[in-house]
Amino acid sequence: MAAWQVMLYAVLPYAAVAAFVVGHIWRYRVDQYRWTTRSTQMLESRWLRYGSVAFHYGAFAAIGGHVLGILIPASWTDAVGIDEDAYHVISAVGGITAGVAVIAGLTILVWRRARIARVRVTTTRMDVVVFALLAVAVISGMAVTILNNVTDTIHYRENVAPWFRSLFALDPDVRTMDGVHWVLQAHVSIVWLLYALWPFSRLVHAWSIPVDWFRRSPVLFRGRAGRPRHASAARSGVR
Amino acid sequence: MPIRAQMGMVMNLDKCIGCHTCSVTCKNVWTNRRGTEYVWFNNVETRPGRGYPRDWEDQDRWRGGWTLDRKGKLKLKSGGRIKKALNIFHNPDLPTIDDFYEPWTYDYEHLISAPSSEHQPVARPESQISGEPLDLQWGPNWDDDLAGSAEHAANDPNRRGALEERIRMEFEQSFMMYLPRICEHCINPSCVASCPSGAMYKREEDGIVLVDQETCRGWRYCVSGCPYKKTYFNWDTGKAEKCTFCYPRIEAGLPTVCAETCVGRLRHIGVVLYDSDSVVAAASVPDEHDLLGAQLGMFLDPEDPEVRRRAEADGIPHDWIEAARRSPVYDLAVRWRVALPLHPEYRTLPMVWYVPPLSPVMSLVEEGVDPDVDPGDVFGAIDQLRIPVEYLASMLSAGDPEPVRLALRRLAAMRAYKRTETVDGDADAALARAVGIEPEDMELMFRQVAIGDYDDRYVIPKAHPEAGPVDPNTLQGACGLEWVDREIRGGEVDDSFDLRDHIVRVEGQAR
Ligand code: SF4
Ligand code: SF4
Repeated sequence: MAAWQVMLYAVLPYAAVAAFVVGHIWRYRVDQYRWTTRSTQMLESRWLRYGSVAFHYGAFAAIGGHVLGILIPASWTDAVGIDEDAYHVISAVGGITAGVAVIAGLTILVWRRARIARVRVTTTRMDVVVFALLAVAVISGMAVTILNNVTDTIHYRENVAPWFRSLFALDPDVRTMDGVHWVLQAHVSIVWLLYALWPFSRLVHAWSIPVDWFRRSPVLFRGRAGRPRHASAARSGVR
Repeated sequence: MPIRAQMGMVMNLDKCIGCHTCSVTCKNVWTNRRGTEYVWFNNVETRPGRGYPRDWEDQDRWRGGWTLDRKGKLKLKSGGRIKKALNIFHNPDLPTIDDFYEPWTYDYEHLISAPSSEHQPVARPESQISGEPLDLQWGPNWDDDLAGSAEHAANDPNRRGALEERIRMEFEQSFMMYLPRICEHCINPSCVASCPSGAMYKREEDGIVLVDQETCRGWRYCVSGCPYKKTYFNWDTGKAEKCTFCYPRIEAGLPTVCAETCVGRLRHIGVVLYDSDSVVAAASVPDEHDLLGAQLGMFLDPEDPEVRRRAEADGIPHDWIEAARRSPVYDLAVRWRVALPLHPEYRTLPMVWYVPPLSPVMSLVEEGVDPDVDPGDVFGAIDQLRIPVEYLASMLSAGDPEPVRLALRRLAAMRAYKRTETVDGDADAALARAVGIEPEDMELMFRQVAIGDYDDRYVIPKAHPEAGPVDPNTLQGACGLEWVDREIRGGEVDDSFDLRDHIVRVEGQAR
């Protein structure tokens, strides 16, 4: 167990999670004003339509795939009747589709940000860093998916997945990461960096998925005396 | 059934000279910042014309406002929450900045720094967003005063269909008017209903519609949801901003900046009382022509002692009720019916109403432009000049010419009535009664519409600081967005008073 392995697979994850949690609390408390999607659709809509939709839906699919592949142990999927072959088909088709969508989307988004002057001026230094990390993360992720299907070198359900779950037990099993394909190692580490930067970047808008929207009455009133008046808005019958 | 008070405005289009003073003063107060260069909370459009943003009235394209579903229930024209949630990564109905215009400045530096040459140096236009040179094709009020109207006015969404041919004919006789616009502070605001984050709200005390800058997450549905296109997206901060009805001034009993500075002195501000239980029914009447009547029916008569008693019981302060009794908005819109709402067919129950312009009609009569019209017969003229009336109706009464005709007749009768008083020395009461207005009311209407003293035009009750945690006086002289300026401009500011503390406290408790 080399020192760098301890750094990458024991220290970095906890540091990233700490930054993630503390950062979000801090940001939520002091910087509501900049907590936004910072959408550039006003400035450029045509390319965004393809880029943003492909990227976001692809990302949702990819997140779902990660939950399936990393969080859920192979024994569980076996138990519900998804055997190794079936899993491979699901992960190959799903993973490659999602990966292609994310990479295509991100390419369009980066391209328009770089090439279209109006969009470029809204780009902050943090955006550049986040886009770069995202690019490395999705490309390496895609490479892992492809390697996993054409070679027999990945086996993430036997190394990365147990290690990842061991993090939750506060007993990081660094040794299982030994001999893991370097592309996969890079992917994992880059994603931790992304998590660490998350609260300080535009990515915070991911936590603003408007859940409350579905139970709120459409026309809201607020009074000087405080208290959101959902009740009285509902009484006014606006639906 | 709680009674609510609502601030409203009436603009008398007869008096608008299209000077844009209102727009400029508003801009200097509210949107003189990076990210809002293209934003005009108040703008003035020439009609016929395309408006700002271009063709905003074309709801087939923008899908703003409300509509009725098959069962006759009110729903957002742009679709329900599920559809919106699925489209949240790209809003299909959002106008881009080119539909407004790309803001620009000129490269004045070049005038000084250019090397000597045979020709004079030129300051070229450059984008205020990207700094790149711009080839100007469109801008604010590009079609002002019918400029380029052969091209632009032809696209006016109000001219569609049968009106198209006829307005062109009228056009040759130079029919033109101005339409100053601010946010309507609707009673049934579709912007608020479109907001996924719950950042937009109506104030309970006065109905002013605001965006909570701390809660807005930049989902942009308010921009497309507003049929009047009066919420804007600040491209720099990534948040929505809109006309605030100058609430800090209103709270202090002062008129909005646009009203205060209006050269034509054509804006009237006052309070109306309405029954909050009647909102949905009024916005859902099936026939668009009935929407005006339904909205008028929501407003409660403040002279009715029972209404006053109930209003007081519902917590409306006494001085607000007294202000409602003197409200110029109630008088013009409800009592005399000379003011009409802008596009009631959007079903948002807008609260900025307009007195239709009589001048284009009168000039045709008085100058004998139309040979079929007897110069003495103003009423006949109104009826015969079907084209402007129908054009006005397409803006002010969902296409129903009758309310416009009634308003124009009453305004014309008021002129005739006052003329008999001045010329004959004896006002002809029959002229007033012929349009269903008693002579005493005609005098009041004349005072309000024609004279328009400051204290008659603005009847604005002050906010009640005792009802809330922050005394509005502490915010006096402050702009609701000041801390934004401070950060963006990086200017020198006295930090001993942090406005933000106070705002956050208000809104924090409101959340
Ligand atoms: S006019 Fe104003 S209140 Fe009405 S929908 Fe538009 S932004 Fe909202
Ligand atoms: S200041 Fe008054 S007269 Fe001038 S454009 Fe504005 S509304 Fe019209």
